[in-house]
Amino acid sequence: MLRPDLAAIAEMIEPNTRVLDVGCGDGALLEHLKQTRGVDGRGIELSQQNVNQCVARGLPVLQGDADTDLADYPSQAFDVAILSQTIQATRAPAKVLENLLRIGRHTIVSFPNFGHWRVRLSLLAKGRMPRTHALDYAWYDTPNIHLCTIRDFMQMATQAGATIEKALALGANGTKLIQADAFGPNLMAEGAIFLMNRRGGGAWGPIAGRAGSS
Amino acid sequence: MAQTANPTFLRPVSEPEADPGKAITFSAPLALDCGRTLSPFTIAYMTYGTLNAARSNAILICHALTGDQFAASRHPLTGKPGWWDIMVGPGKPIDTNRFFVICTNVIGGCMGSTGPASINPATGKSYGLDFPVVTIRDMVRAQAALIDALGIEKLLSVTGGSMGGMQVLQWAASYPERVANAMPIATAARHSAQNIAFHEVGRQAIMADPDWKGGAYDAAQPGKGLAVARMAAHITYLSEAALQRKFGRELQDRDQISFGFGQDFQVESYLHHQGMTFVDRFDANSYLYITRAMDYFDLAGDYGGVLADAFRNTKARFCLISFTSDWLFPTPENKRIAHALNATAANVSFVEIESDKGHDAFLLDEPEMLGTVRGFMNAAATASGIR
Repeated sequence: MLRPDLAAIAEMIEPNTRVLDVGCGDGALLEHLKQTRGVDGRGIELSQQNVNQCVARGLPVLQGDADTDLADYPSQAFDVAILSQTIQATRAPAKVLENLLRIGRHTIVSFPNFGHWRVRLSLLAKGRMPRTHALDYAWYDTPNIHLCTIRDFMQMATQAGATIEKALALGANGTKLIQADAFGPNLMAEGAIFLMNRRGGGAWGPIAGRAGSS
Repeated sequence: MAQTANPTFLRPVSEPEADPGKAITFSAPLALDCGRTLSPFTIAYMTYGTLNAARSNAILICHALTGDQFAASRHPLTGKPGWWDIMVGPGKPIDTNRFFVICTNVIGGCMGSTGPASINPATGKSYGLDFPVVTIRDMVRAQAALIDALGIEKLLSVTGGSMGGMQVLQWAASYPERVANAMPIATAARHSAQNIAFHEVGRQAIMADPDWKGGAYDAAQPGKGLAVARMAAHITYLSEAALQRKFGRELQDRDQISFGFGQDFQVESYLHHQGMTFVDRFDANSYLYITRAMDYFDLAGDYGGVLADAFRNTKARFCLISFTSDWLFPTPENKRIAHALNATAANVSFVEIESDKGHDAFLLDEPEMLGTVRGFMNAAATASGIR
């Protein structure tokens, strides 16, 4: 079974396209895309064990790092560049997003939402760095060094010149479409998936200038 | 026209039971990068497994500097197991129950393929330094002639480590339509200044040996020089950590240092042994020629300095492997190849394997490497419809 957030990403991908999965793990998404959509997929993955598993599955995967290795990819070489549940662990998220938007005609980024009410409540009530089901690390040993909220991410995407085509809220009960002008998801969603591009097509709605406070 | 016979070796066969393989002699001249031609020329080779009816299951294995065609079977001169016995054989990662494996001795070598010790038809004597300087591309051209003669249009895979990896890269560049899957291991697309420097030390050791005689030695080859060359080179194949772990400062057959220049230390004794056994199976002039071929290798140089252009026409799936402690062909050199392949949007995998065994790790029992190769070859077979 594909993880629900990966299944939601897979739904966004057209058949027979070229896809780069950055932080592809054991290749579950790439394998699924290859089998069900005839996708020509490539991956980048940090862990040697995971890369070996991918190679053994016949998936082309490079051992590498989103922070350092994306710069070597040619522009617009892929139909879709995916970064799932990884951006919060990169050293320079803005630069990584910039590269993804350059490499892919479309870019999909998913991440845990630090604006979720459980996170907020945990900090408010306990006065300690929040630990939740989705982000279960002590502050001193977490790989998640650049956590953000949905609104934070949208701001960074705007600054990178991205047009948001579609956004999904991730929760225990599956995914839900995020409306362009909705405030709720930043409080209620455990995570989010954004489909973007930098060519200006298929705009999902204005994302700049919102003054919501949720 | 080509004729197949038993190979001729420079040294006597010590293992009459071992399969000597075959040698194929081509009368058509081999055009070389230096502008000269080699005619006739002979390629000595071994095969393992069976070529299927569709001729689609052939894997070419390319050997390193001092390797030979005996990748997976007992060596007829030394009696030792094949140099890649751990990798190639029935049920092994390169499974000879499924694949037809070919391994050739490179041109310029000394195990039956035409090299500086072969007879020059113009003089009736060994070529010596009259042998033309060959390149990695020449080695690959000669291999392609053999693959043609075997009636194989497309290789399921070409693989090899070190200089073998250079040949793999050259195959992908020179014959992009003939390679379905390429696996270069612990290699580089160009020989580095440091590596050229080490090779020059080895060559000078050979040429400084009075027995070398300007390359025109007969039976007694410059063994001392060749042994020193091997000793120096062998250090580069290991890592500091591996040497320390294996030998440390342990003394050899003595309780205290001798205040002399004998082999006080175990590491000295080990190197001497490496040098001596090497002389028994290798030819000094071949060592000069093959190290030169590696020095001259600069794949990007043939393509206007743009490595990616070397791979422009390739449709092959690539899998690159490097080792953390390899300082002869370090990870960045291997990654440079991956980046060039990425730039052409080629299908490429890259794995860096944690090992303290240095460059030689590719010849050793490294489970992660074996697993990667097995996975890649299985996927290659599946993609090509081979059971």
